[in-house]
Amino acid sequence: MTGVSTVASVSAAPGGDLRRRVRMVQIGFGALAAAVCLIAPLLGPTAINLRQVFDPAIPFADNVDAQIFFIARLPRALAGALVGASLAAAGVVLQALLRNPLATPFTLGVSAGASLGAMLVITLGFPLALAGIPAVPVASFAGALGAVAIVYWLATMRRQGLSTNVLLLAGVTLNSLFSAIILFVQYLADFTQSFQAVRWVMGNLDVSSYGPILSALPPMGLAFAAFARLPRALNLLTLGADSAAARGVDVLRTQRLAFLSASLATGAAVALGGPIGFIGIIIPHLVRLLLGADHRLVLPASAGLGAAFLVTCDVAARTLLSPMELPVGIITALLGGPFFLWLLVRNR
Amino acid sequence: MSTWSSLTRHRRLVAAACVLSAAMAAAAAQEHPTRIVSIVPALTEALFAMGAGDRVVGVGSFATHPAEVASRPRVGGLIDPDMEQIFALRPDLVLLYETQRDQIAQLRRAGIPVFAHAHGGLTDTLSVIRRLGARIGQPQDAARVSGTIETRLAALRSRLGGRTPPRVLLVFGREPGSLRNVYASGGVGFLHDMLGAAGGRNVFAAVRRESVQLTSEAILAAAPEVIVELTYDKRMTAATQAAEIAVWDRLPAVPAVRTRRVHLLLGNQFVQPGPRLADATEAIAQVLHPDAFQ
Repeated sequence: MTGVSTVASVSAAPGGDLRRRVRMVQIGFGALAAAVCLIAPLLGPTAINLRQVFDPAIPFADNVDAQIFFIARLPRALAGALVGASLAAAGVVLQALLRNPLATPFTLGVSAGASLGAMLVITLGFPLALAGIPAVPVASFAGALGAVAIVYWLATMRRQGLSTNVLLLAGVTLNSLFSAIILFVQYLADFTQSFQAVRWVMGNLDVSSYGPILSALPPMGLAFAAFARLPRALNLLTLGADSAAARGVDVLRTQRLAFLSASLATGAAVALGGPIGFIGIIIPHLVRLLLGADHRLVLPASAGLGAAFLVTCDVAARTLLSPMELPVGIITALLGGPFFLWLLVRNR
Repeated sequence: MSTWSSLTRHRRLVAAACVLSAAMAAAAAQEHPTRIVSIVPALTEALFAMGAGDRVVGVGSFATHPAEVASRPRVGGLIDPDMEQIFALRPDLVLLYETQRDQIAQLRRAGIPVFAHAHGGLTDTLSVIRRLGARIGQPQDAARVSGTIETRLAALRSRLGGRTPPRVLLVFGREPGSLRNVYASGGVGFLHDMLGAAGGRNVFAAVRRESVQLTSEAILAAAPEVIVELTYDKRMTAATQAAEIAVWDRLPAVPAVRTRRVHLLLGNQFVQPGPRLADATEAIAQVLHPDAFQ
C-alpha cells in the first residue's frame, strides 16, 4: 500500500502543472509504445529486405518479405500492444478498486472463465468459426463475460452497493472452481487436445491476421473510454469508500465502472493473446515507482509501458529459440515472478 | 538375543522363499504369458498382428485397432492407468510406457512382469515388434509382421524411384481454425522417419527434436513445397476439413499454399507407430508423389 500514502500529496499539485505532467506522460509513454511497435516488426530471426517489403511492384502474394513483415510480425506487435496496454491498465484499476497492491487482472476470475471457454472449444472440438472469427477467442471472451457476471452478481446481491471484499473472495473462489473444471475437462480430453489447451494458457500473440485484432478493438475501446473517466475518482477511492463519498465521489458508480471496464479489457486481452501473466502487476508497480501514485499519471503510463513491455517480450519469444516459438507467457512470468516476490517482501 | 537371531533367520527364510517363488513365477511367465494387458495402442495392434490377440485381456483407452479391441476391458492410458483394473485382470505380462515409472514399480512389486515401451524412430518401431514377439514366445510371427512392413517400405522406395523429394512441413497439431501453436515434426522420431520413407524432405530436419512449435515467420521462411497435416479427429466433417485447409491461405507466399499442396490426413495410424506404419507411410507418399501411384 506504499503508493496510496502519496496520493494526497500528488493530488494537491497545482492544476496547471499537473495537467502539463499528465500530457507529458501521455505523450511520452504513448510515443514509447508506438516506437516499440514500429521497431518490433523490423526485428526477427529471418533477414528481410525493407525495400522489398514496401515494393508495390511485387504482388503481395509473391512477396515473402512483405508477408513476414505484415503477417508474421506486424499483427503480433499490434496484438501485443493491445494486450499489454489492456492488462496493465486493468491491473491499475483493479488494484485501486480492491485497494490491494497484489491484485491482478486475473484476480477476479476473468482469466479462469476465459480459459474454461477456450478449453471447452479446444477439447470438445466445437464448430470451427462463428462469423469468420475462430471459435477459441469467441469462447474465451464469452467465458470471461460469464465469470464477470457471476462475480458481479455475487458482490451486489448481499447488500446495497458493491462489496469489494465479496468481489475479491468471489473472484478467488471462482478462480479455483473454474480451475477444477478446467482440469476435469483436460482430463477427459485426449493427449494432443490437452496439450493444445495447456499451450493456450501460456499465451500466444501469433495471430497471423488482423481479424482477431479488429474484433478485440470494440471491447478494448469501450474499456479505455471508461478508464479515461476513472483516474480522479480512483485517487479518492484508494483513500477508502467513505472518505471518497465524503468528497463527492459516486462510489457505487465508480466501483461498478471500474470493475466492469477492467473486466472487459481483461476478457478481450485474454481472448486475443491468452492469459499472459504478470503484466497487470509488474507494470503498474514499476510506473508507481517512477511517477508516484496519481492515477491520472499511472493509468496512461501503465497502458503505454504495458504495451511496450509485452511487444518487447514477444520479440524475444519469437526470436530466442527460432525457428521454435517460446511461449510469451513464460518470458513475462520469468521476469514477473521474481518482481512479484520482491514486491511481497518490500510491502511487509 | 536368541529370539532376535532366530527372528532374523526366520525373516531370511521368508525372504528367500519370497524371492524364489517370485523368480519362479517370473520365469514361468517369462515362458508364455497368457494374459497380456497392453496400455500402448501400437503394441496392442502388434500383438493382434502377430496372432496373439486371444491372449490380450485388457487394452488402453485409445486403442481402436483392430476391431477386436472393442470387446476388451479398458485399463486407462499414459496419464490415467487404472491399476486396480489391471491387477483385477490378473495379467502375467503388462505392456506400458517407459515413463510410467510408478506403475512399473508397482507391478514389479506385485511380481507381474512388464514390457516397457518408448516411442522412437522407425527402426525402433520394427525392433520393438521383434522384441515383443520374442518376449511372448512368437518370434517368427513378429519377424513376419516387421518383415511385411520392411518389404512394403522397400517396395515404396522402389516405386518412388529417383523422384526428387519435395520440401515438406509435417504438422501434427495446432489450434483449431487458426495458425497458432503450430506443432511440426523436427528431425528426430518416427514422424520424421516416415516422412523420409515417403519420399519427403523435412524442412525442419535441422532441429534435433521430435516436435517444434513454429511461428508464422518460421513457416514463411522455411517455404515448404508441401504441407502435410496429420489429425486423428474422426469427427471432422468434410466442411471442417476444407475450412482447416483453407486456414493456411493466410500465408499465401508459402509455395505449398500457392500450388494447393496442403493435405490433411486423418487417422490414428499416423500417430501410433505400430503395424499400420506402412499404411501411414504410403498415405503420406501418395500426397507427396501422386504421379507414382497413377
